[in-house]
Amino acid sequence: MNQGGLLWANARVCVSFFDDTRLITHFGESIGHCKNVGISGDTVLAMSPDAPSAPADPAQPHTPVSTNTPQSHTAETHGDEDDPFVSISGWGRTAPTTARVLRPRTAAEAAAVVQGWGARGGIARGLGRAYGDAAQNAGGCVLDMTGLARIHTIDGQAGTVVCDAGVSLHRLMEVLLPLGWFVPVSPGTRQVTVGGALGADIHGKNHHASGSFSRHVESLELLTANGEVQTLRPGSDLFDATTGGMGLTGVILSATVRLHRVETSLMSVDTERAADLDELLARLTTDDHRYRYSVAWIDLLARGKALGRSVLTRGEHAPLTALPSRARHQPLDFRPGRLPAPPAQLPRGLLNRTTVGLFNEFWYRRAPRSRTTELQPLTRFFHPLDAVPHWNRIYGGDGFVQYQFVVGHGQEEALRSIIQRIARRGCPSFLAVLKRFGTSDPGWLSFPMPGWTLALDIPAGLAGLGSFLDELDEEVATAGGRIYLAKDSRLRPELLDVMYPRLPDFRALRAHLDPQGVFTSDLSRRLAL
Amino acid sequence: MKDAFGTPQSLLILGGTSEIGLAIARRMIARRARTVWLAGRPSPELEHAADSLRTLGADVRTVPFDALDPAPHAEVLGKVFTEGDIDMVLLAFGVLGDQANDEGDPPAAVRVAQTNYTGAVSAGLICAAALQNQGHGSLVVLSSVAGERARRTNFIYGSSKAGLDAFAQGLGDALYGTGVHVMVVRPGFVRTRMTSGMPDAPLATTPEAVATAVELGLRRRSETVWVPGALRVVMTALRHTPRSLFRRLPL
Repeated sequence: MNQGGLLWANARVCVSFFDDTRLITHFGESIGHCKNVGISGDTVLAMSPDAPSAPADPAQPHTPVSTNTPQSHTAETHGDEDDPFVSISGWGRTAPTTARVLRPRTAAEAAAVVQGWGARGGIARGLGRAYGDAAQNAGGCVLDMTGLARIHTIDGQAGTVVCDAGVSLHRLMEVLLPLGWFVPVSPGTRQVTVGGALGADIHGKNHHASGSFSRHVESLELLTANGEVQTLRPGSDLFDATTGGMGLTGVILSATVRLHRVETSLMSVDTERAADLDELLARLTTDDHRYRYSVAWIDLLARGKALGRSVLTRGEHAPLTALPSRARHQPLDFRPGRLPAPPAQLPRGLLNRTTVGLFNEFWYRRAPRSRTTELQPLTRFFHPLDAVPHWNRIYGGDGFVQYQFVVGHGQEEALRSIIQRIARRGCPSFLAVLKRFGTSDPGWLSFPMPGWTLALDIPAGLAGLGSFLDELDEEVATAGGRIYLAKDSRLRPELLDVMYPRLPDFRALRAHLDPQGVFTSDLSRRLAL
Repeated sequence: MKDAFGTPQSLLILGGTSEIGLAIARRMIARRARTVWLAGRPSPELEHAADSLRTLGADVRTVPFDALDPAPHAEVLGKVFTEGDIDMVLLAFGVLGDQANDEGDPPAAVRVAQTNYTGAVSAGLICAAALQNQGHGSLVVLSSVAGERARRTNFIYGSSKAGLDAFAQGLGDALYGTGVHVMVVRPGFVRTRMTSGMPDAPLATTPEAVATAVELGLRRRSETVWVPGALRVVMTALRHTPRSLFRRLPL
């Protein structure tokens, strides 16, 4: 094919349109027939659903994504050079690359796709909440797993659920809360899939008490590079490589997850202010064990005496008896509210030292000095940002970087030094949280270790941010800490070996199981995972 | 892969002895770049340039490349891409020519045009297709303010850069949405070997300043970068100057 033709063909197929109404109903079983789904960090684009697909070109009779017939699907995906490529980025909206997005509806379809996706490999993607490039694969395939979204069985006796990997935690809560069950671990958003939760081995506010998500999984089904489906149980090497393995060992198809029993859908929350970092660490150390859930919002713009001033919110699931009598007849109500989304195009620099400084001041002062057993809806306690769809747009076109690291107990001075540097640098971060982790998790590349983790969002357009974060990395590595792969978009590859001691094992296992690199992502290329 | 700030890990520099190209390479090596390919006519200067980058810790390899001979471009450049992804291709080759002499020596003028324009068309298309196949990467094209409006004193070089500039803009539009980013860099007068002996023009700049601008442009995924930035305004004014007046300006 002549080159000009190639260029134009691809330019043409990228025409797409936004279809906001599909966004939230996109997962779960009620998915419409969406022929051709492209994804970016801020939206799910539906390219011509049901209509003739975007390039209405007789030369391209097929779209790569089958909606029902596995046979035709494989036929279509093999060697079709004109499959539409779509631009994909992580939640931080930095470093977009293009890939062919395939959306299997069954495990068999997924297996067929994996066998035929070509030299540049592929990677599974859930709801795209990884901040960096973990679920994108330039020039290759991206397996949109939200089509595998069936909840198979719920065992009300044992408190377990068997579900497909593409089921979101939001969906699980919708289904399970009315039955009196809650997911064992919930991160700061419900919009992650079970597969994504395992791939990143996510943690939540209960890590000090309950560990990471994978600790609550009885088994999982993994589609490996040779097309086999293996059932993995905790304790096996492949299980431990897969949990936290960023999708690089295979495609997680389904999992059996142990649930947590709750009486209500409300939280009983204790809020208190900590005037500085010392007070914060002291409080988290002395009475974290009294709470199932614990986290602190920290004002990273505060300096001097106020360095590390924070608002601690810690709580439990409220027992039925804690509810006022009128609320007791529907204690398990789950109705998350939604605010309007910010516009798609916002200027860069909206979040700067002034606006974030004002917000932080307000947020700190607004919190009560101390308040106990306040009843809060579960969504407000766990997922306040989920109320604003596309909240990542507020960072404008430059996007943002999320920086999350952990340093062990005894490294409080390193933590203080890093917080000091961030404060001195004036990084406008209004979503910074500090948490005390419990014991390490068995996953080879699992992030948590006993100690302190700090997560902050920073606008990517901040001048000199790259070098500044490199310096913080050095400090984290020197302190024996690590940064979180699910959030990373910029780590210096050499540091990864220092941070993750089991990385050689991981690489060896991949070389053995997947010598051709069937499972590849931009993250794995960038960091040579 | 490029990171969140658009910083590449691997570079291919066409015009491996270009001072601006090497300044950009040094900057990228200081950030994330580990693999650098220098493409140019085999010469001691090319090897020297490679050595200078190796001392900075990069893995540097050279490939024979002659802008005036487009026939082997596809094979030579294709080989580079089979060795691994290239995050950023820099089109840095170009010659200034000698306007006063070349006006009376058409073959010499054609060489300027062939190096700066047709050579770049060939290499640009080949690299664009390869970048498109890998689904990511930036093609950074060193154009010039001289291409924005041809001047009486410099129109042979200026017209070749005008062609290159228009080519790169069109290529960037053709590649929009494919994951490949094309960035046109329009420096003003840059103090290098190429301009040695010439008096400084207003708003003169350095290769390091161009490197800084390229770094910022990559982060922002800019389509056009002026160095220094003030040239954008100056050239907008000049572009709209009536011809009869422009001809008389001492440019």
